[in-house]
Amino acid sequence: MSTPNASGSVLGASVLRREDARFLTGRGRYTDDITIPGTTHAAFVRSPHAHARIRSIDTTRAESLRGVQAIFTGAQLAAGGVNGIPTGWLLPDIKTPAHHPIAVDRVRHTGEPVAVVIADSPYVARDAAELVVVDYEPLPAVVDTESALTNATLVHDTAPDNRCFHWELGDAAATDAAFRNAAHVVSQRLTNQRLAAVAMEPRSALASYSKATDDLTLWVTSQNPHVHRLIMGAFVLGVPEHKFRVIAPDVGGGFGSKIFIYPEECVVAWATKQIGKPVKWTATRSESFLTDAQGRDHVTDVELALDADGRFLGLRVRTVANLGAYLSLFAPCVPTYLYGTLLSGVYKIPAIHVAVDGVFTNTTPVDAYRGAGRPEAAYLVERIVDIAAKQIGANPAAIRRANFIPADAFPYQTPVALQYDSGNYGPAFDLALRKIDYTKLVEEQTQARRQGRYIGIGISTYIEACSIAPSQVVGSLGAQAGLYESASVRVHPTGKVTVFTGSHAHGQGHETTFAQLAAHELGISMDDVEIVHGDTGVVQFGMGSYGSRSAAVGGTAIHLALGKIIDKAKRIAAHLLEAAPEDIVAENGRYFVRGSPDRGKGFAELSLAAYLAHNYPRDLEPGLEANAFYDPSNFTFPFGAHIAVVEVKQETGEVKLLKYVAVDDVGNVINPMIVDGMVHGGIAQGIAQALWEEMRYDDNGQPLDASLMSYAVPRADQLPVFDTARTVTPSPVNPLGIKGAGETGTIASTPAVVNAVIDALAPFGVTHLDMPLTPEKLWMAMRPSTGRT
Amino acid sequence: MYPAAFDYSAPSTVDDAVRLLAQLGDSAKLLAGGHSLLPLMKLRFAQPTHVVDLRRIPALRGVRRDGQTLVIGAMTTYAELVASREVFDVAPAIADAASHIGDPQVRNAGTIGGSVAHADPSADLPCVMVALGASMVATGTGGQRTIAADEFFRGVYTTALDAGELLTEIRVPLSSARAGSAYAKHSHPASRFALVGVAATIELERMSHRVHQVRVAVTGVSDRPLRAIAVEEALIGNMPEPNVIGIAAARLADAANEAGEYKARLACICAEQALGKAAQRAQ
Repeated sequence: MSTPNASGSVLGASVLRREDARFLTGRGRYTDDITIPGTTHAAFVRSPHAHARIRSIDTTRAESLRGVQAIFTGAQLAAGGVNGIPTGWLLPDIKTPAHHPIAVDRVRHTGEPVAVVIADSPYVARDAAELVVVDYEPLPAVVDTESALTNATLVHDTAPDNRCFHWELGDAAATDAAFRNAAHVVSQRLTNQRLAAVAMEPRSALASYSKATDDLTLWVTSQNPHVHRLIMGAFVLGVPEHKFRVIAPDVGGGFGSKIFIYPEECVVAWATKQIGKPVKWTATRSESFLTDAQGRDHVTDVELALDADGRFLGLRVRTVANLGAYLSLFAPCVPTYLYGTLLSGVYKIPAIHVAVDGVFTNTTPVDAYRGAGRPEAAYLVERIVDIAAKQIGANPAAIRRANFIPADAFPYQTPVALQYDSGNYGPAFDLALRKIDYTKLVEEQTQARRQGRYIGIGISTYIEACSIAPSQVVGSLGAQAGLYESASVRVHPTGKVTVFTGSHAHGQGHETTFAQLAAHELGISMDDVEIVHGDTGVVQFGMGSYGSRSAAVGGTAIHLALGKIIDKAKRIAAHLLEAAPEDIVAENGRYFVRGSPDRGKGFAELSLAAYLAHNYPRDLEPGLEANAFYDPSNFTFPFGAHIAVVEVKQETGEVKLLKYVAVDDVGNVINPMIVDGMVHGGIAQGIAQALWEEMRYDDNGQPLDASLMSYAVPRADQLPVFDTARTVTPSPVNPLGIKGAGETGTIASTPAVVNAVIDALAPFGVTHLDMPLTPEKLWMAMRPSTGRT
Repeated sequence: MYPAAFDYSAPSTVDDAVRLLAQLGDSAKLLAGGHSLLPLMKLRFAQPTHVVDLRRIPALRGVRRDGQTLVIGAMTTYAELVASREVFDVAPAIADAASHIGDPQVRNAGTIGGSVAHADPSADLPCVMVALGASMVATGTGGQRTIAADEFFRGVYTTALDAGELLTEIRVPLSSARAGSAYAKHSHPASRFALVGVAATIELERMSHRVHQVRVAVTGVSDRPLRAIAVEEALIGNMPEPNVIGIAAARLADAANEAGEYKARLACICAEQALGKAAQRAQ
């Protein structure tokens, strides 16, 4: 398994994932796999209405069903001390209406829980749930994103105009001035449609309370078990953290959707104490579509001002962001700090102003979904740049290059708060153009058009902010907390090592990459390193995984803890070798006095010595264990260039992806194979937004795509071979030089594909179409009678 | 995904199955693969109190020749249809359709009889049955009767099967050596059911190679497989050349237009593909 690279180290080598053996053979241990004797099962009664008043709930018939343990309504939970689920990120003047885990008097989206039935089997629980009679008074539903602001119906009485917040960033006056002086102004209205995350493993929770010890344990599909424990324990349930253990075992995908604190897991954690038995709930796929936080859903007007030479002068953005029925945990930060701050893209744009209205609607809550705000920003920037190029007759590659922030301008302060630490956009773009053979491709496109074949070339030169999140920076932007990470390294007497990380893996392969890092730094075999994560009972603390932060932040915390281990190992070696600690050199796991490499101690010897601790000096403690917390000083800024080549069939409107080149700069790489895998998956997800996926609701707020029979996730047979490459500009922010790779594909690919399709349709006078670019939509646009201009 | 409680039987003969069905009446549902029924039950859209599983009845499974007829047992799986030499020789349209249903797991469980009797208006095989001029053999307590495919499909999830009747066999007439069939579809990107699908059978005159007989049926545009008579009429007596097929296929636009312009367009394209392939196989 440990395949070293050319230099003999596992760091930077494509080591096979050690977790795959159990995943691929069905031996993973997910929440639903865990069974405790006496476990009962919860089923939720859910609102069939998007918006309704609850007149009454009658549970008598359901309660009489044999095997039913208990039925609880929202009123009972509130009386039982269960608070609303809080918001983790506040904005000035934000409205934060109560979000009860079970609705109390009004339901605000289809699928919102109205009651919970707990029974001896999941069958009985579902049978009884069907017998709960709820008398609803249906209310008009607010569904559409933009018109929510003028809708006479209010989702929350405390939020006039359905406005949750109004947020602005940038210099409005300077931006207005830039537009006054512009030679060209291009504008576009575009929607970034709502998406469902569709993790392969549905959400699940199992809670068990011990009356004997007053301990509560919750197994839950979480990307951040410590955050779950903190928020659920301290804010929702009032359970002290030292009596509350949260375990996120194997988790089958998250894409953001498992960051948040959900009603169902709060309910089972509360109910187990009420009934004195373990309680389990696992979502059906239908429940996932109704209740997992969804993504995107913006309507935006964007304007770009250019001078006569095609240089960008100013960007003005006005966005309405749909937040759904309630504020999910990080919802307020996604369409603001993770979106507005990225609107400069990779370009020098002297003046930018963005205004965002977050609105409530009677739809499933919206929160972070892979990329979270940054795909929305990259999409609109890369679209408006393409539209500008077309409008002023510039080449889309040339206009980008001419406006890149030059390599010597870093660190570069954007007009939207962020300071880009590093970057060198030209080489990555050149490599992508070379790989796709851009000049030849443009010729082929011209020839193909003459033959009635419509080929399009789409470029996306993107940037994103990872390594979420430096407390200094986000604190200045209004965050209530920094998002550092912690690590603990425990060396056992035989030299074997357990690394406890606050990062959480739900597909990322941390058990492999972090083991590579530890093995490399300690100079030991990967087989001697175990990575432990996802359990508040054994891991000291953790902020979890999202925002492409695990390697850059969690990895750096491990690096710092390993540094402390090495320092202490040197002191032990100095004691054993009767030398001064500063004279000890550590090399490939051997510790020796400088100049005498033959007289040294191996890591295992030192480990044993640490625990035998014979004749130690007074200031040297026995044992070999270290803790570290790492708070990054800035975000990291991966960038790159993706180019998609498509053919749109005139007869059917179908899009064929002919080629896809991705050049990413994610800084230093621990495991290239795993990074490639993340890039591939991300590209697939981004392409799916461009072409297939959309979560629609009808005018009554009923979801139209709440099933895999209608919601079109990407499949391998629809995708071309991705031609991926990397440039490496190490991040100066962290000692590992890592930036993060989990979201780049999703961020870059959507605009690349949309730009390609719109380019293919240029002969038909098409300048923009909103996603998803379905065959029917494209076929309509290509028909001579209705071709848009 | 927990269905309501139900009783389960797995008879081993057709007679037992028919008897059970007669006893249980409307409260029973037949399980013939389960890819449509089980999701409906798990969603509790269907709550039969008794499920009669047909997979233990050997007589319902397999493909054989009976004189001038290809006989397909109702419980023959899609995978078995795809692997059958006889199906490919006599009615390759069935193999075209079955090979693109779901994934290997689905094809190993789903059956031709299950699909035909379920009569989903977007399913592939009902439309293929109409184009092949197949007959459905229904068995009840009163014995067997044969229903032509044209008469069998009555609407969304509705067939000519009476309560208490079991679809036991599908009989496909063997055509001359100068005959061919094919199926072409555009799939829904999520469900992979047919957005539109067209099945065609063409038989050529032995000497002149002109179209002697043709049957065309469309799925996905109506509540049942739609027979495309106008297309058939445009082909009879003509050479099956691409331009002739193109003109004939275009006549589907009117018939399919109720389903919307785009589907009508796709129907014409599928018809052109299916007819072209069928004609090629007939040569």
